[in-house]
Amino acid sequence: MLKPVNVLLVGVGGQGTILASKVLAAAARAAGYDVKVSEIHGMAQRGGSVVTQVRLGEKVYSPLIAEGEADVILAFEQLEALRWLAYHKPGGTIIINNQRLYPVPVLAGAARYPDNIITLIKERVADVQVLDALQMAVECGSAKAANVVLLGALARKLPVEKAVWRQALENTVPPRFLEINNAAFTAGYGARC
Amino acid sequence: MKELLSGNAAIARGAYESGVVLAAGYPGTPSTEILENLSRYEGVYCEWAPNEKVAMEVGVGAAMAGARVLVTMKHVGVNVAADPLFTAAYTGVNGGLVLVSADDPGMHSSQNEQDNRYYARFAKVAMLEPSDSQEAKDMVRLGLEISEQFDIPVMLRITTRIAHSQSLVELAEPVAREIKPYSKDVKKNLMVPAFGRLRRVNLAERLSRLARYSEQAPVNFIVPGDDRVGVVTSGISYQFVREALPGVSILKLGMTNPLPVQLIKRFAGQVDALYVVEELEPYLEEQIRMLGLKVTGKELLPDTGELNQGLLRRSFAAAGVLPPQPPAGSPVEGLPQAPPRPPVLCPGCPHRGVFYTLQRLKLTVTGDIGCYTLGGLPPLEGMDSCVCMGASIGMAHGIDKAVPGLKGRTVAVIGDSTFLHSGITGLLNAVYNGSDITVLILDNRTTAMTGHQDHPATGRTLMGREAPAVDLAALCRSLGVQRVQVVDPLDMARLKEVIKSEVAAPGPSVIIARRPCVLLTREAGPPVTVDAEKCKGCKMCLKLSCPAISMQDGKSSVDANLCVGCNLCVQVCTAGAMKGGEAGA
Repeated sequence: MLKPVNVLLVGVGGQGTILASKVLAAAARAAGYDVKVSEIHGMAQRGGSVVTQVRLGEKVYSPLIAEGEADVILAFEQLEALRWLAYHKPGGTIIINNQRLYPVPVLAGAARYPDNIITLIKERVADVQVLDALQMAVECGSAKAANVVLLGALARKLPVEKAVWRQALENTVPPRFLEINNAAFTAGYGARC
Repeated sequence: MKELLSGNAAIARGAYESGVVLAAGYPGTPSTEILENLSRYEGVYCEWAPNEKVAMEVGVGAAMAGARVLVTMKHVGVNVAADPLFTAAYTGVNGGLVLVSADDPGMHSSQNEQDNRYYARFAKVAMLEPSDSQEAKDMVRLGLEISEQFDIPVMLRITTRIAHSQSLVELAEPVAREIKPYSKDVKKNLMVPAFGRLRRVNLAERLSRLARYSEQAPVNFIVPGDDRVGVVTSGISYQFVREALPGVSILKLGMTNPLPVQLIKRFAGQVDALYVVEELEPYLEEQIRMLGLKVTGKELLPDTGELNQGLLRRSFAAAGVLPPQPPAGSPVEGLPQAPPRPPVLCPGCPHRGVFYTLQRLKLTVTGDIGCYTLGGLPPLEGMDSCVCMGASIGMAHGIDKAVPGLKGRTVAVIGDSTFLHSGITGLLNAVYNGSDITVLILDNRTTAMTGHQDHPATGRTLMGREAPAVDLAALCRSLGVQRVQVVDPLDMARLKEVIKSEVAAPGPSVIIARRPCVLLTREAGPPVTVDAEKCKGCKMCLKLSCPAISMQDGKSSVDANLCVGCNLCVQVCTAGAMKGGEAGA
């Protein structure tokens, strides 16, 4: 692999993007890749739009992904998929959690939440995978594992062995939640959409 | 063994490995995690100071007495710490002193994006700039060594993308923590004019030795490449250059004050065209131009915000250095604009009702730095200004003294940690100079914005020890404030009554709105329910800007998963449609 693989994780503060990026980075590291991760803390986290950038490859220089460079966009929420679409690399993949979280300007009636986001994205991007990660996580035992369902879906798209992912997951999540998270990962990994 | 570490975690590791004895700072994004990480290592004493000036002075004292020291702060914190910093360059150190300045290009979590590299030149101290976590760790060690060898403070200047990006770091065993002998030396450390003049000359001599060192410093090096294009760069920009301009010649500067002038001239002589790639101000570019060299920098690249490899590719294509770039395959044409998702006060935030009330009372509100600054955004809009830590009180007093029409209508709003940082002197001034202002201290018992750090009123230290908790009400009274009241900000009727009476009262008043940060306690009462029959759809509850409340089919609706039962909406609803549980008001 010459060029780094770029993964953009986008969502809303509190959705578990940070944990997902931790497992991803650990798995990439265990698979022998150079890894860089970039995230934003502070003011942006108070219910705002959050983005974590992960790059893996033989040698990674920049910790950032430029527009049009994301091989995979993992969107934890529909509107965030739309917001970050310019980062999609032609030929790349977009994985979208079906969930909608309304931002305050929408709740307050000052802005409208576009109602056909997934259709609009599918019209422009060939490889779009849509999951109801929240429901799948509930079926695995906890709504909180939605992030790991999405991680499972992401895992299929990356050059890292499944066993390596499993180990990274085990090393990252607390032991008492491992069973639920393993089920969530499997559900996401096997999802066909 | 390599570990994936953020720049901040790497700096903490570097301090641990390099025998740092004491570390001090004040929380501020993107610097906060350095001390949080370092405090977990065995044997390093770490503390949160009330502000950056105190942290710097603690560091200067410990270094003078022979200990290795790390001081950390965000870029604007260096403004506060500038006073001791400038004269510490004169006195020099004994044990090494590294000051981490964490700048925030792009203002992800800051009120400005000042380029603190100028501080190193201005204060006449050495400066190192890492470009990844490994260098961040290594430069702590190098900085301490330079500090001791040249008897000078060293600034380690990082940016958000260094602080909060993770990359692989080789760990090492820690060296022994030693304290160098201290002997009283007033000509070095007692900066009265006569001795200051001596140290001024001595500082010039130290800086000229440092300049010679910079020429040979291992952190200043050339990456050989195509000689048609030469790029001088430092910090995170180096990574963007490697990515966007593969194969060009690069002069990578890790030490950016003093600059290696001869090395820069030699590099310029090797290449056909010389460029500078740097974020924010033309710091390197101006100095290189002063050497009489022809160089291109800010005419090509922006002097605001962050850079990235995409931006570099487009800029260098426009300059004819790179071939024209293909469009990034924009799939976004014809798409609806994504509505913004601005950060908001959390559900159950004790500040929410304060700003709702202030806005309805139509007061002039000077604000301050913290989560509560979000109370100035729509639809709460309960704040007129936010300038810097502590500014709320001084600004309110200025308005009160100068503009008769606003006298007795001006309120300052400041958080507990910010008040202890630099609000106390402002309040003292308001008492001394006879203000009629009202100061609202939003006491949520923590430094919330940066992730819940302790401060002198929380009763706990960074090292996890119990500490005396300052009594804010008693502190305000001791400053001479006659009218001090403590209220629960979730009791909106009482809050409004107290604000009205204190604003009307002559002389300065303090209202302490006390209720712990909802993220700190994680206490949740039963969620509010809406009686759809009673709801008139008036949207009064929406004015609270609560992420749990929305309108569904013209009626108010509360998301039971988000609601923590603070019951503010129950109190603002005029139709009696919102039904609260036992908790809250």
